Amino acid sequence: MSFDFNLILQSLPQMLAGLGITLQLLLVSGFLGLLLAILLLLMRISGKLYLDLIAQIYIYIFRGTPILVQIFIIYYGLPQFEAIRESMFWHILREPTGCAILALTLNTGAYVSEILRGGVLSVDKGLLEAGSALGMSARQKFIYITTPLATRLSLPAYSNDVISLLKSTALASTITITDMTGIARTIVADTYAPYEVFISLAMVYIIFTFGLQKLFGVIERYLSRHTVREE
Amino acid sequence: MNDNKTQPLIEMIKVNKFFGSFQALKNIDLEVYKGERIVICGPSGSGKSTLIRCINRLEKHNDGRINIDGIELTDKVENIDAVRREVGMVFQNFNLFPHMTIAKNLMIAQQLVRKTPKAEARQIAMQYLERVKIPEQADKYPIQLSGGQQQRVAIARALCMNPEIILFDEPTSALDPEMINEVLDVMVDLAKDGMTMVCVTHEMGFARSVADRVIFMDEGEIVEQATPQAFFDNPTNDRTKAFLNQILSH
Repeated sequence: MSFDFNLILQSLPQMLAGLGITLQLLLVSGFLGLLLAILLLLMRISGKLYLDLIAQIYIYIFRGTPILVQIFIIYYGLPQFEAIRESMFWHILREPTGCAILALTLNTGAYVSEILRGGVLSVDKGLLEAGSALGMSARQKFIYITTPLATRLSLPAYSNDVISLLKSTALASTITITDMTGIARTIVADTYAPYEVFISLAMVYIIFTFGLQKLFGVIERYLSRHTVREE
Repeated sequence: MNDNKTQPLIEMIKVNKFFGSFQALKNIDLEVYKGERIVICGPSGSGKSTLIRCINRLEKHNDGRINIDGIELTDKVENIDAVRREVGMVFQNFNLFPHMTIAKNLMIAQQLVRKTPKAEARQIAMQYLERVKIPEQADKYPIQLSGGQQQRVAIARALCMNPEIILFDEPTSALDPEMINEVLDVMVDLAKDGMTMVCVTHEMGFARSVADRVIFMDEGEIVEQATPQAFFDNPTNDRTKAFLNQILSH
């Protein structure tokens, strides 16, 4: 078997045409997932048992099932219901991209909320006592003490989740989306050269991941500036 | 403000506090009048910290009554807020907000709780930083300061809220020996100004020279209270004697 370098050079630009879609899946579901995660976090730490319980069940279900299965349920399953087809969400859910974004959002939201909760729980209790002793309300302590510190504490685990979300976007190709992986599969179908094509695809993801890692490194250094002794 | 003799600033009546089945405070009766300096000492686990943490409701007492300047501490949030406006606290581990500059540490509660405008809050912050002799550190972060400096900042932070009472929970226990004096100096200075202070500490030199009254606790009870002179020279209780022998034997 021969290894066709030319094919790599040819297929790379084609795959990069799908970068926009991969990026869209990552950014939109990353952003919406973060909002969902914050909502779930607030439910979990609200001190209201029923809110906490709803969030826990949600997280349990979405962490306990494969994301591919979730994508299939949403893409193939939801349109079976007439109510969904007639609802305002139909114009999103009838597009595969909308389904993929929904599935990724629901999934990442469950994971990220637990990451954020870990951050919130690791904030030094003494600082919150100092806030109380100064007369700060629970809300003020949450906004001015817990949030900034928990953000920094959660960031390493969060960046991990974003990178994992990037790779989950590849699953969107299973429901006809032409992201980078979808394009790669098409090229393979045409050329019967899975080796070259998928290796070049892997390289693109690696470079992308490298960029994300660097970006989070910069954010982490910025948020940690107060933990450095020297000016 | 009422007359010194008729109304104590801090009044604890038959206060009990449990952690699960463990009784941390047993029938505590305590009165502290305006301008008094109280030192509380005793072996670890004797309930000293729990006692002062009940005064600003960081711990909730199970029964008995606690009145601070005539306000009873109950579940009512308004009462707790009112008490916390009168009571400052300094912690063993400083508990400065690590993500805020020193100045911001001193300003944040003024701005949020007292609604003081930013410029004025900054001015008040600088005034108290001068008082604890570290105005030049205002724009640094806590981690850039030594332990002694951080604790002085913590005292300044409490003072910015203009409290009637300051509680000190082992303020020098986490410090390296060479930094203890700079913190004690600030505390002595406060005492001279007439601040009402309740201080959990093992600094017996400080107790002897500054305290009006020394309280000895053991197993959740106030075992003995006396003037420093009587306390150190003629302790009456055997447990007090044993404790003093232990800490003064070196």
